[in-house]
Order: sequence, then C-alpha cells, then structure tokens
Amino acid sequence: MAQRGVREYDAKHMLAKYWNDYVSKDFSYTGKVALVDPKTDMDKLANTHPWLKKDKLVVKPDQLFGKRGKHGLILLNATYADAKKWIKERMNKETKVGKVSGTLTHFLIEPFTPHKNEYYIAIKGNREGDTIYFSNHGGVDIESVWDTVAEIHIDIDENIEKRDFQKLLPKDTPQENKKIISDFIKGLYTFYDNLGYTYLEINPFAIENNEIVPLDLVARIDDTSEFEHTLQWGPLEFPAPFGRNLSPEELFVKELDAKTGASLKLTVLNPKGRVWTMVAGGGASVIYADTIVDLGFRDELANYGEYSGDPSTEFTYHYAKTILELMTKEKAPKGKPKILIIGGGIANFTDVAKTFTGITMALREFKKKIIDSNIKIFVRRGGPNYQEGLKIMKNLGKELEIPLEVYGPETHMTRVVPMALEGGKQ
Amino acid sequence: MTQTKPDYKLFDKDTRAIVFGYQQNAIQRMLDFDYACRRETPSVACIVNPTREGMHKCFWGTKEIMIPMYRTLKEATTKHKDADVMVNFASFRSAYETTKEALESKTIRTVAVIAEGVPEKRARHLAKIAKDKNKWIIGPATVGGLAAGKFKIGNTAGTLDNIITCKLHRPGSVAYVSKSGGLSNELNNIIARNSDGVYEGIAIGGDRYPGSVFVDHIMRYEKNPEVKMIVLLGEVGGTDEYEIVDLLKKGKIKKPLVAWCIGTCSKVFPAEVQFGHAGARAGAERETADAKNIALKDAGAIVPNSFEDFDKKIKQTFDKMVKEKKITPQPDVEAPKIPIDYKVAMKEGIIRKPTEFISTISDDRGEELLYCGVPISKVFKDDIGLGGVIGLLWFKKQLPKWATDFIEMVVLVTADHGPAVSGAHNAIVCARAGKDLVSSLASGLLTIGPRFGGAVQGSADHFTTYLYAGHDPAFMVKDMKKKNVNIQGIGHRIKSVTNPDVRVEILKKYAKKHFPNTETLDYALEVERLTTSKRGNLILNVDGCIGVLTCDMLRSIGYSRDQVKEFVKLGILNAFFVLGRSIGLIGHIIDQNRLKARLYRHPWDDILYDLPSKPEKVK
Repeated sequence: MAQRGVREYDAKHMLAKYWNDYVSKDFSYTGKVALVDPKTDMDKLANTHPWLKKDKLVVKPDQLFGKRGKHGLILLNATYADAKKWIKERMNKETKVGKVSGTLTHFLIEPFTPHKNEYYIAIKGNREGDTIYFSNHGGVDIESVWDTVAEIHIDIDENIEKRDFQKLLPKDTPQENKKIISDFIKGLYTFYDNLGYTYLEINPFAIENNEIVPLDLVARIDDTSEFEHTLQWGPLEFPAPFGRNLSPEELFVKELDAKTGASLKLTVLNPKGRVWTMVAGGGASVIYADTIVDLGFRDELANYGEYSGDPSTEFTYHYAKTILELMTKEKAPKGKPKILIIGGGIANFTDVAKTFTGITMALREFKKKIIDSNIKIFVRRGGPNYQEGLKIMKNLGKELEIPLEVYGPETHMTRVVPMALEGGKQ
Repeated sequence: MTQTKPDYKLFDKDTRAIVFGYQQNAIQRMLDFDYACRRETPSVACIVNPTREGMHKCFWGTKEIMIPMYRTLKEATTKHKDADVMVNFASFRSAYETTKEALESKTIRTVAVIAEGVPEKRARHLAKIAKDKNKWIIGPATVGGLAAGKFKIGNTAGTLDNIITCKLHRPGSVAYVSKSGGLSNELNNIIARNSDGVYEGIAIGGDRYPGSVFVDHIMRYEKNPEVKMIVLLGEVGGTDEYEIVDLLKKGKIKKPLVAWCIGTCSKVFPAEVQFGHAGARAGAERETADAKNIALKDAGAIVPNSFEDFDKKIKQTFDKMVKEKKITPQPDVEAPKIPIDYKVAMKEGIIRKPTEFISTISDDRGEELLYCGVPISKVFKDDIGLGGVIGLLWFKKQLPKWATDFIEMVVLVTADHGPAVSGAHNAIVCARAGKDLVSSLASGLLTIGPRFGGAVQGSADHFTTYLYAGHDPAFMVKDMKKKNVNIQGIGHRIKSVTNPDVRVEILKKYAKKHFPNTETLDYALEVERLTTSKRGNLILNVDGCIGVLTCDMLRSIGYSRDQVKEFVKLGILNAFFVLGRSIGLIGHIIDQNRLKARLYRHPWDDILYDLPSKPEKVK
C-alpha cells in the first residue's frame, strides 16, 4: 500500500507521547484525547481518563473525514453526560457526509479549550522533499487566505538545525510569538519526519499559556515504513476511508483477500448492471473497466473486480462463485444478454490453465443459472500455458452449452469489450 | 566508471549486471534471453548473496556455466568492473541500503529495484542520490524492463515463448515506458503485433516516488537515433505526465508519441476505491486519467479514444512512418533453439524418464505429508498413535487397535534393561569418551545382533521354522538338542517356572485376550513345558515371547506364513528391539552427559594379562 490516513486520535496520542523527544520541552501539549468505538464502556473510559468528568469537552467523529463542523457533527463545550448522550444518538448510525454515506463508529473526545487566535500548519511530502505551510490565520478554508501562508521547503535529508525558521515566518507574525511558533514548526517537522508521516495538517491550532492546542488534525502515514517504526507506533490502525458499508459479497471477498498473499478485489458499482468483469491483474482490470466506460456503457458496468498474484484454485473458485452469485440474482433485461468478461493481459509466470481451474469449477456449478440469466461469457488471456487454458474454457462452453467465446494474445486485450457490448464478431 | 555508451543508452549487447539476491529463476531467464539474442557473454556477471558465496551453476543454451557468487556488493564490484547494472532483488526492508551502496559504487550506473513496499521516504532519497550522481534507478516495485535483443532485467517479459512471440530477441524501432510491470508484457505483445517491435521498454513501477519517471526515459528515447517512435502508458494519480505535456509543448519531443493514461473509469467509482498501485488515486481533477489524456492530446501526442484503439493508433503511426520512409522496419530474426527446461517439460507432459528410486510408504510432495496414503492430519485426528504409524510405515496396513497397542507394549517393554547390558554399556562408554549423541547411540545399537537383543529375532526364526514345517514341539526340542543349538528365547538367568517374569506374563495375557491367532505362542509354550521339565529356568523369556507374539500378530493381521517368514528374514524383529531400546540408550547417553561423567578406562585389575614371553616365529 502506501500513504494511508490515520485517526486523529492516534496522531494526537502519538504527538503527545513523543512531544518531549521531537517537539519541545519548553512548551507543552496536554495530550488529553479519548477514543470511543462501539465496544467502549464509557464509564470505564472515564476512570482511565479522569479529565473527562472535570473538563468541558469537544466531541466529534474520528473517521478520516473533515469539515465536521459544517456537517453538524461536532459537539462543543459539553459535559461528559452530554457527550455520552450525543455519541449514543449517533453511534452505528448511517450518516451522509457530503456525497458519501457511511456508518459512524468512532468518536474523539478532547477538552474544550477557549482560545483567541487560530493558526494553520501543514506539512506535505513531495518528490523534492517536504513543504511546511504556516499561517497566522487558521480555522478557515485556508485557500481563501492563501496569501497569508508561508511556504518553507525542506530538502531531502536536510539538516534543519541549520535553518532559521523565525526568518521564514509570515510577516504578520507577532514578535512575541515568533520563538514558540518557529520552535513548534521545527519540532513538528522532526516528529513528522521521524515517525513515517507523509501528510500532517493542524487547522487550526491555538497557543494558550505556553501550551499548543491542536484543535483539528489530519494525518497520513506511509504504511510501508511500518518495519522501521513498529515499536514507535505500537498497534496502529489504518481505517478504511469513510464510505458506504460493504455488501456481504464484497466483505466476503475482502476476507478472502486477507487470507491469501494473492490479491482478490471486488467492488459492486451497480448490482443491476449488465456487464460484469473478472479480470486477472491490477492494471488489466482497470483497463477493462476503462474501456467499458469509454465505449459508453458506464451505466451498464456492474462491478470492478481483480484477481492477481497467483491465488490458489480454492480462492479463485470462491471468487468466481461470488461474482456469479451476484450476476445471477436477477434475470437479464429483455432482449439483451448479461455479459461476463473473464479478461486479462499476458501473464508473466502464472500458469493460465491452472488459474482457470477454479473458475471452471464455479461455472460448472452455475450452469443452470447462467442459462436462466441469459449470460454470455467472453474470455481473453495470454501467458504461460495459455493455449491449454483457452482450450479448457472452449470445451467447457461446449460441455455446458452456454455461449462462451475465447480469445488469446492475437486479439487486442480489450477487443472483447466491443464484441460483447456492440454485438457481433470482428 | 569507464562509460562507452552514450548517455541515453542504459543497456547494450555487452551490458553486464550484478544480480543482488539469489534469484535462481530470474538469473536463468536472463541467461535464456541472452542466448536467444545471440549475446556473446551472459548478461549476469555475478551474484551477490549475503548468506553464501561460491559458484552458481546455470544453463547457457544447452551447456552449463558457472556464475560467481559473493557475499558483499563490494567484492562483486571490485571483481566485475565491467558490470554497470545491478538488478536488486533485496526485500523492501533492505532495498534502500543495498541500492544506496550500489549507487555509491564507482562502477554501477543503473539499479533496478524490484521490491514492493519500499518506504516513500527511502525511495525519494534514493532518487535524489541517483540524480546527484547522474545515475539511474528503475523502480522500486517493478519487474524492470528490457532492451530488445540486448539485455533484460530479471523476470521481465515472462517466459521464453512469449519473448520469441513478441520478437524481443532482436530490437525493433518502438520504445515504451509504463508504470505497471504487469502490463508491460501486454505492451510487448501490442507493439510486436502493430509495428516492427520493441526497441526498449521500461516499467518505472507503481510507487509514488519512482527512482526515474516517464520523462527521464522519454528524453532518452528522444535522443536515441535507433528509437523511431515512443509509446507511453500512464496512469490516474500524480502529475508526472504533465512534464511530458510541457516538453511536447516546448517542442522537445519530436518523435511521434502514442500515449494513453489508464484509469478513465475512476469517475464512475465511489471515492474510497483504491486501485492496485500506490500512486493510482486521483486527488484532484488534474490527476484524473481523462484530464491527462486530454492534456497529452492537446500537446500533440497521439492519444486514442480508449485503450481499445491503442493498438490501432500504434499501427497507424508506425505504418505512416514507414510510408514516409522515416522507419526502415527491422527484419525478423530467427531465435536459436533453446531447450525446454526439464521441469517445464515434465509439467507439460511432453517428456518422461524412468525413475531411480521407488517409495511405497510415504510421500512428501503434496499439500500434506502422506504415510501410506494417510494424511498426517488424519494420523492425529484418528489418534492412531505410535503403533498406528508403525503399522502404516512398516507393514503398510491400517492396523486394528489391539495390534497397535501390542506394538506400543513391545516398545515399552524393550525400552531399557539397565546400564550393564552390552548396548547400554557401549553407549555409556562412548558418551563418556565425549562423542555426540548420535555416535553414542549408534555405538550402542551396533551391539544388537545374534547375541545381544537378537533372541527376539532368533526365537521367531526357530519357532516358526519348526511350526511351519509341521513338526511337533517335542521334535523341535529333540532336533535342536541333536544339532547342539540353544533354542533362542528359552531360558533366563534368574527367573523360572515358580518365579515367572512379570513382563512375559503381561504380554501372554494380552495376546490370549486380544489376538485372533496365537499359534506360535501356543507352540512355544508347549516347547517351554518340555524344557522346564528338565530345568526350571528354561522358560520362554521376554525376548522369546516378543518374537513369537510378533509372528502371531503378523499372521492375525492377514499375512501368510511365507510372508511372516520373509518379515523375519528382513529383520523386522530386530527392528522392534532397535526402536524400543533406542529410547533407553538415549536415556543413558543423556544421563552420562548430565552427570558430566569422565572418560571411562577399564581397570587393569579387571583384565587378565597373559602374554607369551615372545611371539611364535613363523618360518
């Protein structure tokens, strides 16, 4: 994988834990954060976090989406009793945020801190190094005040001790704040750089009584650096992006995927769609979906699906079965067959005939339903032993008496798409 | 670094590589490609394998050659100064350090990093080092790439079949660069079918910060006069394609560029779906495949409407250049015949060979180990125990419980007989001489034979010989007396009719209760009746009892008398004794070592020294 979002709770917790090591000993961050998930006993939580019952609180969902204030998903200046009630009303509820609907499952509780000024800081990695963005005008859509933002570029492997950040701050930075802000910038960058972060934005944060108060924080971490940070991170969760709940079939494939070193992916885009794909390879699967969309059949595309990395016969069987189950839930619209594209590029070393074994098992099992649902199958694949693989498929079509067309490397990878959708052979 | 190649050429027919990581298949594939290209020297100069050094044997066509293998990259670069490429198969954990070391060496100019999952920060750092040193990285997270007819990185382009079909054993005129390594093989196919073939193809890898980017390779292709047209396969996410757009606009890319960015379907996907590649996620409109395709087209690239026309656009562009005499199509060249790998041929069922060994008792090749057809999981599930396993591996039978229990009783009863007997004594002396456990055990076991422990074997032999020949016990006693041979298994130093051996009593009682057939035991007991009438201690002893009962067990589980005789001849009875007594011998060895017992030396006073005053002289 790569850069992945982490919960605001985890990032803040980590920030507090390493504050003295990386940020500064001259000023502090209280690190008062608590996370509530569906299993949390909120009375017990108050025992381990006594401040929950003393302080006024802020509560908000912690599920990798922003603009929580705008969506009315933030509770301010609340007692713990208020917080419990507010969370209870929202926990496990389907909620729409912008265009995306999902279930609320995680909430962050922090002390409510009255403050004067709000500041903006973000650090973002790029090919040349990292860029720090700072403004004295945080808490708003930063694009609208972009001219107040100072950009500080840090080169790859640069020794930042030699940089004078005070000189790089925006001109409107009050003299009395210059030291604490520049020290915080340097410290936060060190924290970011030492813990595998690739994106860290605090918008806004406040400075009150020699304390930094990060009010809203967004962070992404490079999960491939896990082996370098295992001990520092502790158990760190990379939650799935907020979004629609997976269907049982998608969940099943996700579980299959987790069980094998190979890759099995399924996203149902439109269960009533006429065109289903089951494509070998990450790149090829995208191209098949592209072509279906490019040729004007975006409303007919039912799924995105990919299998790669040489899954075992058992796994390909279950995967193919899942797609066939979804496909045969409903009959084809009148006059138009349903289409299943069993596609793929030219495999490097995967034995094509072998990978087809699981698929043929599933097709055999679904013979009747395939006929009933008026499904037409198109196969295109190349690679080691592909002649044998294609022969197996061809014979299966005859044996099951289902419409099944088979093509090899001599046919352009996506040509089966127009053949299937626009009808007729080339 | 003595560089003879122009800047824009990373590989030629003399390029040699150091392969980091003992990837035997990849190495063989590189060599097969070399041979198909009719290279004079293998492209793999040496291998770096941190855990082993020496020589690696592999095929060069039909012959076998040796490739040196070193533990460190330093040694490899010192000894192979002509190798300017490193194919790095190090894992994502060590890819950074090893690539850095290679870039910092004097001789290596290009490093292909195969590993997936190299941290972004590390990959970015490597890219910077390479740039500062004017060197090249291909990857990470890639299969690599190839220069057709010249050099191939690792596993690029799949099997030899595919390489020949895609005409990759000789250079064509079209160079391509793609992100995806998986799709590079499809590109090889498309280009081979729609032009005179691939000149060079590089897959830069799907990570966010690849060591070299599209534009780096496209500019190489632009400068290389042997490249006539360029193909780009871009991807949704990131902005690298816009660097090409800029260069097109500035007129810096003059050769025809056929380009397509995959991921146009992302617009119909829910926001949270992530495609396979780490970089493949459109953060902004600019990063979508649609936006990139439009920008490329506007800048003058030849962009199809869909991947579906990609092949046609390549063909049209190529044909047009041929017509305009800008390309002279490269001729097809026949590749030398390369023998099919034995393993592949075997798998495909096109060859056969007689075997040298036969095994009828166990098979370790499948998913699960099989004991005589029984999966090891079933051995435990059915709880068949040690006796059951012996049944499967010695007798090739799934034995009933009474039989497996009997086998286990035999093991228990023979496990030990104190430190004084020959086997234990030898093992102890050997252990005390400081020898290891296996040697000490072997020393003890070697005493087992006709005199020690051999009575088990001997009694089975004696009793079945007379019984199966149809002689009555009285005849046997008389006949053995006449031959002046002691009946094995009869007689005990201390025990007698009035003071029976408890071990024998247990075994006899068990057999009488459970064995369907006790003909040998009954026969032996008749013999015992006769011998004890002469002297009280001429009883059937424990060895004898085990011997005859094992024969009865074999008869009871369905073996004929002839087969039982054969088992006796095979030494099956000794086998039981060896198995059981090994437990005791190992115990004694461990015991002595635990006690730190010192070297044993037999006392002089226990030896009668009786030497002649001088030897007899032979005349």
